[in-house]
Amino acid sequence: MSDQLFVGTRKGVFTLSKSGEEWKITQSAFVGDNVTMFLADQRDGWFYTALNLGHFGCKLHRSSDGILWEECAVPVYPVAKDAAEKESAASLIEIWALEAGGPDQDQLLWCGTIPGGLFRSADRGTTWELVTSLWEREEREQWFGGGKDHPGIHSICVDPRDSQHVTVGVSCGGVWTTFDAGTSWELRASGMRAEYMPPEQANDPNIQDPHLVVNCREAPDCYWTQHHNGIFKTTDDGKSWHELPNAKPSVFGFAVAVDPLDPQTAWFVPAVNDECRVPVDNRVVVSRTTNGGKSFEVFSDGLPGPDAYDIVFRHSLAISNNGQRLVMGSSTGSLWVSDDRGESWQVISTHLPQIYCVRFGQ
Amino acid sequence: MASVQFTPHLKRHVQCDKIDIDGVTIGEVLRGAFEQYDKLRGYVVDDQGRLRQHVVVFIDGEPVKDRVHLQDSVAADAEVYVMQALSGG
Repeated sequence: MSDQLFVGTRKGVFTLSKSGEEWKITQSAFVGDNVTMFLADQRDGWFYTALNLGHFGCKLHRSSDGILWEECAVPVYPVAKDAAEKESAASLIEIWALEAGGPDQDQLLWCGTIPGGLFRSADRGTTWELVTSLWEREEREQWFGGGKDHPGIHSICVDPRDSQHVTVGVSCGGVWTTFDAGTSWELRASGMRAEYMPPEQANDPNIQDPHLVVNCREAPDCYWTQHHNGIFKTTDDGKSWHELPNAKPSVFGFAVAVDPLDPQTAWFVPAVNDECRVPVDNRVVVSRTTNGGKSFEVFSDGLPGPDAYDIVFRHSLAISNNGQRLVMGSSTGSLWVSDDRGESWQVISTHLPQIYCVRFGQ
Repeated sequence: MASVQFTPHLKRHVQCDKIDIDGVTIGEVLRGAFEQYDKLRGYVVDDQGRLRQHVVVFIDGEPVKDRVHLQDSVAADAEVYVMQALSGG
């Protein structure tokens, strides 16, 4: 069970380590800076912190020990061909997903961004290339921002059986998959439903808003999605998605975690709905299904309420590699850990900055 | 030559001391500064070379107007300041 956590926040990234029964902050980096994504590469032990400096743009830093950091390259969009295009041409707005390639792809990283480009690095972020095969799909013209001004790639799932097979989630642009490491792509979001579209377009796969897409390590054909207006699951590698309407106390949220060992078990952190993004009845809860979404249990032990308004953003719920420990961080800077698969939660802090992403160490 | 100075907020990220640069447009002056200071470019302009949304550049006290093509004129002895805009929070 991992005794090390990384928490990316609005004001820095914090390393927490467990000693006895206590979790303590043991390292901090980029204090005061906006951390949008963090990666602990379990293949080689390198760490990556993505910053959005606001005034000065996105930056990426890497470290081989988690202590000394060096700035490396960030994904850069292609320069416009002529002056007329320059005003509207794309530029990196945010690093929204960062994942390691397969164990057979030493140093390879995938990066999802706002405004919707996917990038790949073969050298730990020294250089990046835009995956043009996805960027130049004509379907991308119909993508749009979901909560952000521009579309973005927030989820990257590398198939543990085959590192050439990568699936990405786009808000709002559906779910796309490649079987040849990005040379070609297939849209796989059939079955998802968009309540925010006119009825005749609600089932268009290309404009779906999966908030997060996660993949079960031991059953890689199974993915779960917390979507903008519901929970969806696929057991056929994305060819078909099925809505799970029985989630309690709400189907709305941002985060989802799936048990790496059991595709039937997944966790969610519900909020009221799109128009009211606060916990139901102002009580923070975690919901869990262990039967593939047929039914859900709701857990609140150790979680705040009433009068609690924490929201857990999409990258702020994580599960350890053995499926036994979960960590969750909130919009109010509260951090919790569960050692009993979500049934009870230990509060680690209520004073961190707004939490954007959480990861376990080795 | 134009004299170019940078907000201290930038200096915590990249080396960018006061520097004199030749150029008749702000684009030329900034490109000259970028050649002298490694990594500075990505902090001031975006992927397309446009001034970042929350960066403001003053030429003799006036904010740059052409934030896309950076064609504002720069006098031979102009004072240029590269600042972070308060709009960025």
